[in-house]
Amino acid sequence: MITGTLIYALINSVILILMALGFNLTFGISGVSNFAYGALYVLSAFVTWILLKTAGLPYALAAGLSILITTLIGGLMYRFILMRVRGQALSEVISTFGIGLAILELFRYLGFVGFEYSLPVFIDRSFHIAGAQVDAQRILLVLVSLFLILCLWLFVHYTSIGLAFRGIAQDERTAMTFGIDSDRMAMWSVAMGAGLAAIAATVIMPLGTISVEEGYEVLLNALAVCIIGGLGSSGGVILAGLVVGFAQRFTDTYIGPHWTMIVSLVAILLVLVIKPSGFFGKQKELEERI
Amino acid sequence: MLYLSFPRLVPIIGFLVLPLILSLYWQKVLLSVAVFALLAISWDILAQSSMVSLGQALFFGMGAYFAGIMNHYLGLPPFLTIPLATLLGGLLSTLLLMPVLRLRGIYFAMVTLIIPLMLVRIIEASKIFGGTDGLSGLTPLPGGLFESYLILIALVVILFGFRRLMDSDYGLILRGINDNDRSVMNAGINIYWYKIQALFMASSIGAFAGAYLTHIYMFVGMPVFALDYSILPIAAAVVGGPGSLAGATLGSFLLVPLSEALRGFGGLRIVFYGLFLVLFVVALPEGIFHYLQRKYEQFERMVEVEK
Repeated sequence: MITGTLIYALINSVILILMALGFNLTFGISGVSNFAYGALYVLSAFVTWILLKTAGLPYALAAGLSILITTLIGGLMYRFILMRVRGQALSEVISTFGIGLAILELFRYLGFVGFEYSLPVFIDRSFHIAGAQVDAQRILLVLVSLFLILCLWLFVHYTSIGLAFRGIAQDERTAMTFGIDSDRMAMWSVAMGAGLAAIAATVIMPLGTISVEEGYEVLLNALAVCIIGGLGSSGGVILAGLVVGFAQRFTDTYIGPHWTMIVSLVAILLVLVIKPSGFFGKQKELEERI
Repeated sequence: MLYLSFPRLVPIIGFLVLPLILSLYWQKVLLSVAVFALLAISWDILAQSSMVSLGQALFFGMGAYFAGIMNHYLGLPPFLTIPLATLLGGLLSTLLLMPVLRLRGIYFAMVTLIIPLMLVRIIEASKIFGGTDGLSGLTPLPGGLFESYLILIALVVILFGFRRLMDSDYGLILRGINDNDRSVMNAGINIYWYKIQALFMASSIGAFAGAYLTHIYMFVGMPVFALDYSILPIAAAVVGGPGSLAGATLGSFLLVPLSEALRGFGGLRIVFYGLFLVLFVVALPEGIFHYLQRKYEQFERMVEVEK
């Protein structure tokens, strides 16, 4: 029993980390807090579903295309909307929130509600690990997350775009004197954040049904993990994902499923009140509180 | 004289005359215009004092629940519950947000976004105050013109009163906190105390709107913490023009009837709100009110200059 809870807590943590990666990447690099993140997550799941069921494409192709489309939408969103309000944190929040709202409610309006909107699992099998039954999708999800984190780490440390990302994140003006186009990099970061949301959706969504509410939940979860870990810090996201994931799973098992979301919300509040920069926040103290 | 008084008389006379000439249905719409205008004014006061809130539903819901609880469990009449809920709702919201007053910008916004969502889930999980069903069968207000005039007069008083307040030296400090908090601190002013005051005023306005609407609907439940009450006021303030409370009022005067006209589209309304937000933030950040104000003041040039 306890090992099962532990294993599922670990998987839950990995899901949270995966959900938060894209939001964290975008915020960490360009400082854009993408409140349309949850909407992009749901959007990519629905696009996959449409391509799969309506257009009849094979699953791998549909998923790949939907990741590409979501990345493109993220990029376009930056190019045509966010670029004009860049640097004004609140305009960014309001406009991305508006976009997210429009996307999510559009899907609700178009009638994308119900149990038939679910993606098939990749491999329909399950394994016994230490007495607990774990299906293949969840194991795959952990592997994908580990692979993604590794890829991201290699990407930001060894490729020129990745290095430019870090340059912009550290000091935008100095980076610009080195000929790094900050707008282009910010566009890439928003697009990649959207792409990561799409990848997360592709891997996580087969575990349940696609619903519009999921978009708000994902945004909240991503915010929770990123704030607790410290906005813009990758190590923080992983640690915070583990903390929140275990906490959620334990409340789910020992107190009741109603309280799971409250745990992460209370955690956010506590962290924001006590130490707004989170576990490993790199933001300047004075920028967040006085 | 007319040049100065015309823009001020338009809302006053308009709000006094409209309930008399509108049909019953549009009178109800006017009520929600006023409620959302109050919420938008409350958002604008907060935004002008450097606190941008994404959760006006918190204030609204606090007032609504206080009024509902006092009416349902204690049996108090609306004439007592509305003022009490205004004060208590404002006080409790202020106390809830007091620990995070030091946060700035987006961090404060995130907290305010989260608290109403959390309260909904706490009510759902612990099943207090009627849980998911809410409290129904509350005492209604005396109907007809009274309920319209109560909120409209409150709106006019709050609009002009707070406009005056924000133009006074006191408001200057609040706006100074928004512009540069550290230099206000340098002037030896305790900015937290001022922020607490601004927060209390703004949340009381929101709580009043909530308490009022509770008695109109004779119901209070989890929907009072819904995203609608957070998003629409922001949309109204952004569309109308933030920074002048009149803009917030104008915005809700445009958006709420528009949303009623779009009722046939159902959920598509929220899509339009989202798009309006984006459009105005990007294309007309000053908002309609400031645009109109600029155009109106350009009429001065048409006045014949004495030679």
